[in-house]
Amino acid sequence: MSAAHGTIGGAPRADKAKGVVFKGLLLFSLLIGFVTLIVLIVDVANDGLGKLSWSFITSFPSSLPSRAGIQSPLVGTIYLMLITAVVTVPIGVGAALYLEEYADRNRWYNRLVEINIQNLAAVPSIVYGILGLAFLVRGPVGLGRALLAGGLILSLLVLPIVIIASREAIRAVPPSIREGALALGATKWQMIRRQVLPASIPGIATGSILALSRAIGETAPLILIGAIVFVPFNPSSLTDQFTALPIQIFNWTTRPQEEFKLLAAAAIIVLLGLLLTMNAFAIWLRNRYQRRW
Amino acid sequence: MLKEQATQSERPRTHIEARSEQPRYPGRAEPIFEVHEVGVSYNGTPAVRNITLDIGRNRITALIGPSGCGKSTLIRCFNRMNDLIPSATVDGSILYHGQDLYGAGVDPVEVRKLIGMVFQKPNPFPKSIYDNIAFGPRVIGMKGDMDAIVERALTRAALWDEVKDRLKDNAYQLSGGQQQRLCIARCLAVEPDVILMDEPCSALDPIATAKIEDLMLELKDRYSIVIVTHNMQQAARVSDMTAVLMPEVREGDVTIGHIVEYAQTDKIFTNPDNKRTEEYVTGRVG
Repeated sequence: MSAAHGTIGGAPRADKAKGVVFKGLLLFSLLIGFVTLIVLIVDVANDGLGKLSWSFITSFPSSLPSRAGIQSPLVGTIYLMLITAVVTVPIGVGAALYLEEYADRNRWYNRLVEINIQNLAAVPSIVYGILGLAFLVRGPVGLGRALLAGGLILSLLVLPIVIIASREAIRAVPPSIREGALALGATKWQMIRRQVLPASIPGIATGSILALSRAIGETAPLILIGAIVFVPFNPSSLTDQFTALPIQIFNWTTRPQEEFKLLAAAAIIVLLGLLLTMNAFAIWLRNRYQRRW
Repeated sequence: MLKEQATQSERPRTHIEARSEQPRYPGRAEPIFEVHEVGVSYNGTPAVRNITLDIGRNRITALIGPSGCGKSTLIRCFNRMNDLIPSATVDGSILYHGQDLYGAGVDPVEVRKLIGMVFQKPNPFPKSIYDNIAFGPRVIGMKGDMDAIVERALTRAALWDEVKDRLKDNAYQLSGGQQQRLCIARCLAVEPDVILMDEPCSALDPIATAKIEDLMLELKDRYSIVIVTHNMQQAARVSDMTAVLMPEVREGDVTIGHIVEYAQTDKIFTNPDNKRTEEYVTGRVG
């Protein structure tokens, strides 16, 4: 035994060095992600800020870079988000309520549904695009290359995310609240409608907004269903042709002229701004209504 | 059906004097529950068995015993809370005013309107004090002035003076003891016949506990109360009748609770018949 009683000196030098190296590695991993994001934002801002102006937002796309703007893609994106929200939130919350409050875990079909939803959340978006093309645009539904078809595809894409987020919010309501309601003579539906659902709405809203912020950047499925890339008008009905911000960005970056690359950067700033606003709102909502049970 | 019987049974509530002269053992008090050979098992593993006892009207009946003896399991049979656990099965019979609680055609929702429950940990709804009370009357469709219903319930639970100026505040701003009295008030608001209390003071300090005990003694003029408690002094202070449950170990780790003695509380604490009861109430085991 070399260590004498009473010595409380530090660990051996080699152990200390290992600790420092390890901490450094972890910090490095963090910085890779963080620095990349900063560089990306700075680069885009450098290119795009010069082009960003009110007329850029209010003008329609044009083949002349000096006159081109993003009104129709921006409006298209906002409509897509509205359709997606209106479709996914009720269906997603309904499915989550069924799985959390009614489904008997011991039944194989309920377990199958659960596993399926987990897997659906990981299906590549292009696959949803193919599905949309085959079923919604052509095929049995036959909507054509319409705004509604785009919205429905994005809805299908984020539905599993909304379901999973809603289930977590519903599960966070403690069983004692359910018991308390039932012990007063409430029916199961009254208990869900008046206690569980109101208590889980902040969590559901936060999860839904985060799901929408995934949908807002989706390009692949929309390109696949042929959301055409040059649309100099706003969609006026659900069956109109449409475009969206990511598609416009994609279009501009494929043009040879340098001018369009700068326009793409400016559009990226707008898209990122929308995205960050939605995420910030979701975080605010979560903190505002966070509950300690 | 159950509702009608409860209304009929409300009449004798006014004859408090007459009743207080009755002896306090179950043979003479009018029974509100007649429990016969009741057993509960989870996934086929029995938790309590062979429970037979009568619970008297306008009495406070305490269920005591060491942890794992199935007192909470047993009390949850009285308002069919065990129905919420899919793996639980209840056998034997429990008559409530002579009618089988587990009979065909009895709706557990109707049962719970008449037989209220207060839980171990205060569980107010994340709403205002007012809405906590009003929830029950609203869901069961009680008619009348809601403000009056809320005030009456809070007054009966001895909470009105403390909260009358802050009815719109969130119930979570109340102290633990106030929250538990709110839960009692919430239960009283639906005008139940019986109140089940599952260790209602286990999360409270002694002062809050004393308030709840005083409240129970006031409430027993109007309601029949069954209380599960691990606190023997509490049982001795408030209850008229005491049932002592003991776990019995069989086949490995499985413990099955059963009643070793059921008698007037005085007798249980001063002169019990059963040796295990005596050891338990004097603190030698359990």
